[in-house]
Amino acid sequence: MNIHKTSPGLRLLLITAGLLALWQAIVWLTNMPHFILPGPFRVLRALWEQRSLIGEHALVTMAEIIMGMVLGCLLGFASAMLLQWSRSFRVWLLPVLIVSQAIPVFALAPILMIWLGYGMASKVVMAALVIFFPVTSACYDGLQRTSRDWLQLAQTMGASHAQVLWQIRLPAALPSLASGLRVAATVAPIGAVIGEWVGSSSGLGYLMLHANARMQVDTVFASLIVLASLSLLLYFSVDYVLRKLIFWTA
Amino acid sequence: MSPGISLHAIGLSYAGKPLFSQLNAHFKGACWHSILGRSGVGKSSLLQSIAGLLSGTALAGNINASDGQSLHGRVAWMGQRDALLPWLTVQQNVLLGVRLRKQVSAQHQERANAMLERVGLGGKAQSMPEHLSGGQRQRVALARTLMEDKPVVLMDEPFSALDAITRLQLQDLASTLLHGKTVLLITHDPLEALRLSGQVWVMTERPVVLKMMFAIDTPAPRALDDAQILSWQGQLLAYLQKDQETPAS
Repeated sequence: MNIHKTSPGLRLLLITAGLLALWQAIVWLTNMPHFILPGPFRVLRALWEQRSLIGEHALVTMAEIIMGMVLGCLLGFASAMLLQWSRSFRVWLLPVLIVSQAIPVFALAPILMIWLGYGMASKVVMAALVIFFPVTSACYDGLQRTSRDWLQLAQTMGASHAQVLWQIRLPAALPSLASGLRVAATVAPIGAVIGEWVGSSSGLGYLMLHANARMQVDTVFASLIVLASLSLLLYFSVDYVLRKLIFWTA
Repeated sequence: MSPGISLHAIGLSYAGKPLFSQLNAHFKGACWHSILGRSGVGKSSLLQSIAGLLSGTALAGNINASDGQSLHGRVAWMGQRDALLPWLTVQQNVLLGVRLRKQVSAQHQERANAMLERVGLGGKAQSMPEHLSGGQRQRVALARTLMEDKPVVLMDEPFSALDAITRLQLQDLASTLLHGKTVLLITHDPLEALRLSGQVWVMTERPVVLKMMFAIDTPAPRALDDAQILSWQGQLLAYLQKDQETPAS
């Protein structure tokens, strides 16, 4: 069998199996107690036994991530369009945006709890804040780098500033905006989980923190697996939709 | 009748450095003009200023239409690259001007199909640009230019990226379809200029001037093996070569 001709699914399966075997081997060799490092079987058992508990919290986290994605992407898109639309926005808003990035968003999490409470709102805002800048910057970059040929053509056709922005620059920026959205899909879960760590009563982050305090490391790992799967699912769904939508870059 | 275009004392600077100053010329109306000259002499910038694509700060002098009206809104542009929008179908690309001005109607769509018919792409209205060859794409760009139906057409080397045979076909097609309009064509190809133009201009350096080299009355497009054209091509090439060899002061 040619090793380069394996299917992606088979490769994924082999790598996963290999890593699981390595994990189990480390557990056997080091003889770690299960409350420090549980083996894969123990984690899978925890995942199965606590499936309804983990599922319940996973739904909360997923809802936070998706709402945060939507909010952050809309805000990022809107500010990129404003930056492109008006010179005043560009000269006044762009420096503010860049300086604001010097503040670590995670450091704001405790303040968000005070302002927005322990419910979902603070986590949604957290996820939105984390992805706001990557989306803004990718989208604005795309709007800026629209081909001069297209802009000149539209100008000779008597198109207004707004028409050029919506009908030429915006579609031309979609591939860049899409890479911003892909980044957003990978970092939005981080924002939501950090928000849950700082203060919450539900969600996978909350569950992990609690299990950790009680030395239920197998539950921590089980939650982690679910969180990682959710993140991957989100990324590939976003990627799939974007590929369908922006068919001309394929 | 398509208007002529007069340039009075045109001066242009790029990034603070003057490209040219006191440039004068009169391009007569309803005639095809080709402009040759060394790369970087400012041919494209001149064409862009006529199209109104350069902001007033860098531009001095006057550009007037011979009928006394403004050129604004009476110019169609055809660039070096086809500039087809990849997210629109061929027909939507031809309708771009109408779409941008939000005037799309059934008549416009019919007219766009008729234009595609004229450039030989009648069956491709619903295709996406990525599925077309380079020559077909430039045909769509030509149909888009025709759709605008402006008396003045400005072309910046639109045929330069095509292979030899496709280029000849496109030249003949454009020459026929744009007959009667005032056309300004920037080109590096003396044969293209001589086959298609009523007047052949050269933009020379130090100082930058526009000089009319040939006025040709025979109907365009002219045959490739036309003895007169070939002899002029030799003269033109020799002249351009001499212009480029003159050492910089």
